[in-house]
Amino acid sequence: MTASARPTPVTTGRRAGRDRLPLPALVLAVLAVAFFAAPFLGLLWRAPWGSTWSVITSEVVQRALWLSVRTSLISMVLSVVFGVPLAWMLARIDFPGRSLVRALTMLSMVLPPVVGGVALFFSFGRRGLFGQYLDQWFGITLPFTTSAVVIAQTFVAMPFLVLTVEAALRQLDRRFEDAARTLGASRWYVFRRVTLPSIRPALIAGAVLAWARALGEFGATITFAGNFPGTTQTMPLATYLALETNPDEALIISLVLIAVSFSVLIGLRERWLGGGTGPGAG
Amino acid sequence: MSLRAEIGVTVGEFDLDVDLTLDPGEVVALLGPNGAGKTTILRALAGLVPLDRGRITVSDPDGETVVLDDPMTDVFVPPERRPIGVVFQDYLLFDHLSALDNVAFGLRARGIDRHMAASRALDWLTRVGLGDRTGQRPRTLSGGQAQRVALARALATDPRLLLLDEPLAALDAGTRGEVRRDLRRHLAGFDGMRLLITHDPVDAYVLADRVIVLEAGRIVQTGSLSHVTAHPRSRYVAELVGINLIDGHLDAGVLTTANGAEVVSIDADHPPGHAHAAISPGAIALYRFRPDGSPRNTWRCAVADIDHQLDRIRVVLDGPVPLVAEITPQALATLELRPGDEVWATVKATEVRTYPA
Repeated sequence: MTASARPTPVTTGRRAGRDRLPLPALVLAVLAVAFFAAPFLGLLWRAPWGSTWSVITSEVVQRALWLSVRTSLISMVLSVVFGVPLAWMLARIDFPGRSLVRALTMLSMVLPPVVGGVALFFSFGRRGLFGQYLDQWFGITLPFTTSAVVIAQTFVAMPFLVLTVEAALRQLDRRFEDAARTLGASRWYVFRRVTLPSIRPALIAGAVLAWARALGEFGATITFAGNFPGTTQTMPLATYLALETNPDEALIISLVLIAVSFSVLIGLRERWLGGGTGPGAG
Repeated sequence: MSLRAEIGVTVGEFDLDVDLTLDPGEVVALLGPNGAGKTTILRALAGLVPLDRGRITVSDPDGETVVLDDPMTDVFVPPERRPIGVVFQDYLLFDHLSALDNVAFGLRARGIDRHMAASRALDWLTRVGLGDRTGQRPRTLSGGQAQRVALARALATDPRLLLLDEPLAALDAGTRGEVRRDLRRHLAGFDGMRLLITHDPVDAYVLADRVIVLEAGRIVQTGSLSHVTAHPRSRYVAELVGINLIDGHLDAGVLTTANGAEVVSIDADHPPGHAHAAISPGAIALYRFRPDGSPRNTWRCAVADIDHQLDRIRVVLDGPVPLVAEITPQALATLELRPGDEVWATVKATEVRTYPA
């Protein structure tokens, strides 16, 4: 090797070169972070810290918070109970119209939630396509009840779980399930003892995403369930209402919602959101 | 109990059509290159791939026959209800379970209670020499240990048919010999039917009593390995399994057989111990009179048999080491060899490969 071909030594500052972004990309990335941070800084700047405690402990906020926690958790459970089998069907069974079913499942993710609420109203409302029979045969009226809140939230939240779990099921090495069957395990036993533990990270991430979506749901809820304190007025609805009557209260409710969501996301971190899949992974 | 399988499976463009019989007294090796259909046969026997054509049955000694798969009469026994144990390629141990729970899995799946399953699993782990590794996760085990856990898991449910898919392929050359020897012992201790899939004739030589050679979805030959080596029915079989394997004690590149004959090789870096030497039949030269030349291995032999089936002639030799040599028809004509004739066989040390056993 000639002297001119010898690599020039670099300063230690460039040692981590592999992990460095090109400058324009770095600038854009920092701007993106600032874009996400700015609204919260605005909220924190305007927050009436003096009245925080009295607002948080006020009856309106307490009832809304409790209703939100309850309904969003129920929606999460429903999303898991119905969403996991649906994800399984979409991932594993090759039936005609599968892509149509998948699109239908994902529709409420891209739809404006208000449209979803209107659709729910004309289907399950008292005069709705199905709602009229619920009313006539069983005496059940859904709109403007807490059940309607849960239905609206589940409608928009479940796709997040289905999407996450289906992706994990597709990545799973199915030979592990074959191995379990040769050991004498029924399909159901294999699902419980091999498949579910293998997709656990995705299942947890999907459930949390669904829960967070349910917690933040506004449009479908207010359209289908209305805005009644104690029965259908969740935190997002209370925020919106307060904004018209008492903006300080709206600010504080918003901060509470942000604090709850942010701490959940931080708790998840890469541990579950970016976790491996498959029993052979890692 | 014996198994009879006519397996007909079509996967895309690939047709697999084979007939095979397994008996409890023997270990059968299914040999063939990648894509020959070996794994598909295993999956069909296990019930993981349903048959398109044919029939799989198992018979008791008292003559009762159970059909496992028969598309004609629409009988199909699912994998979980077949009397099988499978050691998969890459072992497929469940990483979310400990070694003990992996072995106990099949027992728990059959509804055996936790304590009973754990104690029987512990017995099996102890039997394969891993009684002190119960709590370990599969990914923390070495390749050889993982293979033994997989074997214990497959045997814990007391199957009648043990299927092993390339059980040594995932191991590095250094541990292969030892693991192969252990596997031979465990296979000998199992009294059911045993079918071993491999692409390595050395595995078949050490582990199996009979080989089935598969090529492009068809069985091209079956028999003992020494018979197949002496009488390969196709060029393909000759290349794949038609190799001389000699058993003995290896020290400093010299393998000494049980009757004292020596085979010199250039692989001097193996530690002393039990080993096999492999010599390709084409590397053996034959002479009417004692040759005087460079080859380090020279043996006086008698011609036992001459096989004319292929374009090249296989000469089966009786001597200090049993050998099959391959020569051209012209060479045979020049040497005028007939069974019973005396002949000198030579092999260069560079043509001898050794494998620790």
